[in-house]
Amino acid sequence: MAEKPVIGNEARGTQMINVLFFGQLREQLNTDKLSLDTVSNVKALKIVLAQRGVIWRDILASDSTLVAVNQIISNEETTLCDGDEIAFFPPVTGG
Amino acid sequence: MLDTIEVQNEDFDMSALYNALRHNNTSNGAIVTFTGLVRDFNQGHNVGELFLEHYPAMTKISLTNIVAQARQRWTLGRISVIHRIGRLTQGDQIVFVGVTSAHRKDAFDGAQFIMDFLKAEAPFWKRETTEQGPRWVEANSDDSKALTKWER
Repeated sequence: MAEKPVIGNEARGTQMINVLFFGQLREQLNTDKLSLDTVSNVKALKIVLAQRGVIWRDILASDSTLVAVNQIISNEETTLCDGDEIAFFPPVTGG
Repeated sequence: MLDTIEVQNEDFDMSALYNALRHNNTSNGAIVTFTGLVRDFNQGHNVGELFLEHYPAMTKISLTNIVAQARQRWTLGRISVIHRIGRLTQGDQIVFVGVTSAHRKDAFDGAQFIMDFLKAEAPFWKRETTEQGPRWVEANSDDSKALTKWER
């Protein structure tokens, strides 16, 4: 899998996307940031990420896992473009 | 109309925020404010400290969108939303929402709408220090249910 460490928004201007993880997800996956080859939509990204292991597959399949594309709450059908920032996170608990 | 929307480590001064909502604002007859605090007990555990993590690139966008939605529904004057991040302890202030309006109903509804959507959508996560060690605060299903009263 094409993958390299990300410094800043390295995906911009390349055929890559930035993927971020927050809260409990970041700890469970032991990952805060990935740079990956661009895929068509969020559903396709989940399939790529699920190949990393059982915990990845389970978290990405969970109804409670939320996804934002370019800082807007999105869903599996949301299409992705080069340079996009995709974030996965658990239900929010601010306030 | 400029809204005040801040995400910050520092504490906030409730009276200064209130005065900013009130000063030179004679067209508005109502100010509603809400302040959220760190409780000493949550989900069956005594809480020592709290650490608030957020998604820096998205937090302000999310709060700005929520405020814009409130403005579409009610006639509101000034709006302030302050949310703290980082390390907090018992009794600390976490969040402030202040809304002004000509009349009280719009101000009450606007403030409650902003808090309800902030609790359900703004990307903040709390990690508590308890006697059993650190734990992530679980989302309260009542927070997502609270949004149903705003459906129309």
